[in-house]
Amino acid sequence: MSDWRYKFGENKGTVIAVAIFVVMFAIYLFNHPAITDQGFTVTAVTNVVNTACNKGVVLALVAMAQTLVVVTAGIDLSVGMVFILCNCLASIIVIGSPVQTAVGVLGVLAIGAVCGAINGVIVIFGRLQPIVTTIATGAVYFGAALWLRPDPDVADAFNNDFAAAMMGQLPGGIPASLLGLVVIALVIWVPFRRSTIGRAAYAIGSSEVAAYMSGVPIRRAKFTAYTLSGLLSAMAGLYLTFTTASGEASLANGNTYTLYSIAAVVLGGVSLFGGSGSAIGAIFGAFAYRAIGDLLFDFDVEPLWQPLFQGIVLLLSVCVGAAQLVRVRNRLDLFG
Amino acid sequence: MNTPVPLFQMEGVSKSYGGVRALEKAGLTVQAGRVHAILGENGAGKSTLIKIMSGVVAPDEGRMVFDGKEVTFPSPAAANRAGIACIFQELSLLPDLSVADNILISDPPKRFGLIDRKRQRALAEEALARAGAEDVHPLAPVKDLPLSRRQMVEIAKALMRKPRILILDEATSALTAADVTKVFAVIKRLRAEGLALLYISHRMHEIAELADDCSVFRNGRHVATYQAGTKSDADVVEMMIGREYSHVFPPKPAPASRETQPVIEVRNLSWTNRLKNISLAARPGEVVGLGGLDGQGQRELLLALFGVLKGLTGEVLVDGKKVEVTSPRQAKGKDIRMALIPEDRKTEGLMLPMSVGDNLSFAALSRFARGGVIDRTAERNRVAEMMKVLSVKSAGTDLPVGSLSGGNQQKVVIAKWLMIEPRIILLNDPTRGIDVGTKQEIYQLLRKLADGGAAVIFYSTDYDELIGCCDRVLVLYDGEVKRVLEGDQITERALIAGALNISTSEVSTGKGAGA
Repeated sequence: MSDWRYKFGENKGTVIAVAIFVVMFAIYLFNHPAITDQGFTVTAVTNVVNTACNKGVVLALVAMAQTLVVVTAGIDLSVGMVFILCNCLASIIVIGSPVQTAVGVLGVLAIGAVCGAINGVIVIFGRLQPIVTTIATGAVYFGAALWLRPDPDVADAFNNDFAAAMMGQLPGGIPASLLGLVVIALVIWVPFRRSTIGRAAYAIGSSEVAAYMSGVPIRRAKFTAYTLSGLLSAMAGLYLTFTTASGEASLANGNTYTLYSIAAVVLGGVSLFGGSGSAIGAIFGAFAYRAIGDLLFDFDVEPLWQPLFQGIVLLLSVCVGAAQLVRVRNRLDLFG
Repeated sequence: MNTPVPLFQMEGVSKSYGGVRALEKAGLTVQAGRVHAILGENGAGKSTLIKIMSGVVAPDEGRMVFDGKEVTFPSPAAANRAGIACIFQELSLLPDLSVADNILISDPPKRFGLIDRKRQRALAEEALARAGAEDVHPLAPVKDLPLSRRQMVEIAKALMRKPRILILDEATSALTAADVTKVFAVIKRLRAEGLALLYISHRMHEIAELADDCSVFRNGRHVATYQAGTKSDADVVEMMIGREYSHVFPPKPAPASRETQPVIEVRNLSWTNRLKNISLAARPGEVVGLGGLDGQGQRELLLALFGVLKGLTGEVLVDGKKVEVTSPRQAKGKDIRMALIPEDRKTEGLMLPMSVGDNLSFAALSRFARGGVIDRTAERNRVAEMMKVLSVKSAGTDLPVGSLSGGNQQKVVIAKWLMIEPRIILLNDPTRGIDVGTKQEIYQLLRKLADGGAAVIFYSTDYDELIGCCDRVLVLYDGEVKRVLEGDQITERALIAGALNISTSEVSTGKGAGA
């Protein structure tokens, strides 16, 4: 019976993220102009949900990428750049016939995974701090994106049918992008979480020394975490390309997504100290963060207020997490 | 006596850490189905020995034979696979993961390549039961468990690996009496099952109850192995003694008068379960030592006085007036003028990349500042003065402090605190890993400071230092002051007996019989 208490404890961060999301999205939905104009019709609701999903999925994927690294007590500041690089690459190679498109998609995913793997190798064998490593590699990846797409451009012969299918609605009004996200979570996150490697990633984040003493495969786990992070960033890049049908090496966009991914991870209850939290929480954190931003549009507030409002909500949720520090008995532990 | 083929044997194993010999040509023979106790004082080489056995450090030379085959362990995982599991003093648990995750961390049960949580839970429950810890919930996160429960989880985790040799390093030091009874029952059952158990403890009565064989280590060397019960406590202490006096200590003055007002007085100080009812007083000119084995609350006591710990009970009086110190900043302030020379100079004492001069003036900056601006000339003069007093060997005060030798770094840490002209000086094992020459300078300095009217409270793991430097030594055991030694009473024999918490009469009669 008390199992539930512990299971809740383990997933508390995720539950809170879901709650924040539900509240924020409900406010967003009820005040959305489309709903207030047309009332609660099926079309209106599914349309609003679909748009929200298509916007949210991109950030959700980058946040999942961030989660994998944060769980190991690292941080990946290159997720936004891998995302931009893959967007530029996708706008060039995800074109033409279905076969060509499929090959293009695989190519983009492979490049993303390679970018992540490079981060992993440098962190593991170079013994550099993740934050420094990924700032540097992020700049390199962005350089590569600029080289691919010196000027923003619409993809030639872009496979619009495929993109439309990925971003459209399935029978019953279910957003295709949401289904895609669920499939990605089931194929990547769930096996990771439940494998020895995933367990090792959490162990490293919790205490790397204890993990080493317990004979946990530290290198393999870190390598996997960084590589999958690159792969998920590439998927986000693909989704962005589906929405925009173009590629742009935008530094601002890359930086924004990197920072937002950290915000989403924190909202999602993933500890930046590593060792606890879930990518599912981060997904809800990402959707919640998006909803908080979009909320202001409902009330015709100037978009300039968006960062301020998002920042305040983020700050409040972090404060809740810091409340436990009040109980610390040895002041040196505050600096741990 | 029949001598079956040993399960594990170690011969001529040595290990040095940066010039310091931790283990020298040590040997050990372990038999299956027996509990083998390892004895020795601080720095005798016990922890190095078990670290080598469990693959944490590689020996410089020597060989190990396990089950008739010569072995080397490049990592803890390799030692685990071979069948050696170790329960470390510093816990090897992962705080954020659940008890079940922790117990099966090395080899979780799998189904279709993924971890089978149901089976994992069942196995964890079984292991907890085997360790006598049925009350621990397998899904509880380890960080929420009290220390004694964590230790039980640690034991369950080690048993899960089905070891043939189980090493318990101070495994009972965090346990409650009820748990100790349970652990003993587990150990005895494992022995009956044919495991070899290595038991490191400083609790003599535990060793008397459990051990079949005992080995004594001293200064990194194996001194003797004997069957349990064949030696008295006094003989054992005798075997553990034997470091030659290699330091030169300044002469001690006559003891301060009892009537003198203590600079600092502590009454019934307690903190969580780590400090219990500690009382002490230090008068001007006194050097008060803290003795005992490592980790008996000495560090916590110094931190408590320096205002680092929250939730203290008891009283602290400075100059006869009650004070409540709540931060190091307050402690060093002009009302109290207390300094703490920390344990780890690299993290708590110095900013390694910054210059010698900057490091020296950190604690005393307010003394050179006028309206918040630092008076560079005053600072430079005072720094130069300090460098001379301590004869810190440095090419200049602008060099990063990280480029100095360990001994000179430590002198910088001490000098930094002398800049505030402290009246109460707390030192946490200040000579660890420092060359003999610098040690002597530090001893001279301590005495000089005391002669100048300061009260010094000095924790050391080196018994010679306590004997040579201190006017009085408080021996701590399990967070309590178990013995106060004064003047001629401060002998290595008394210090070791106190550290092991065995009665003096036992030891002195032993000495009498031996003489």
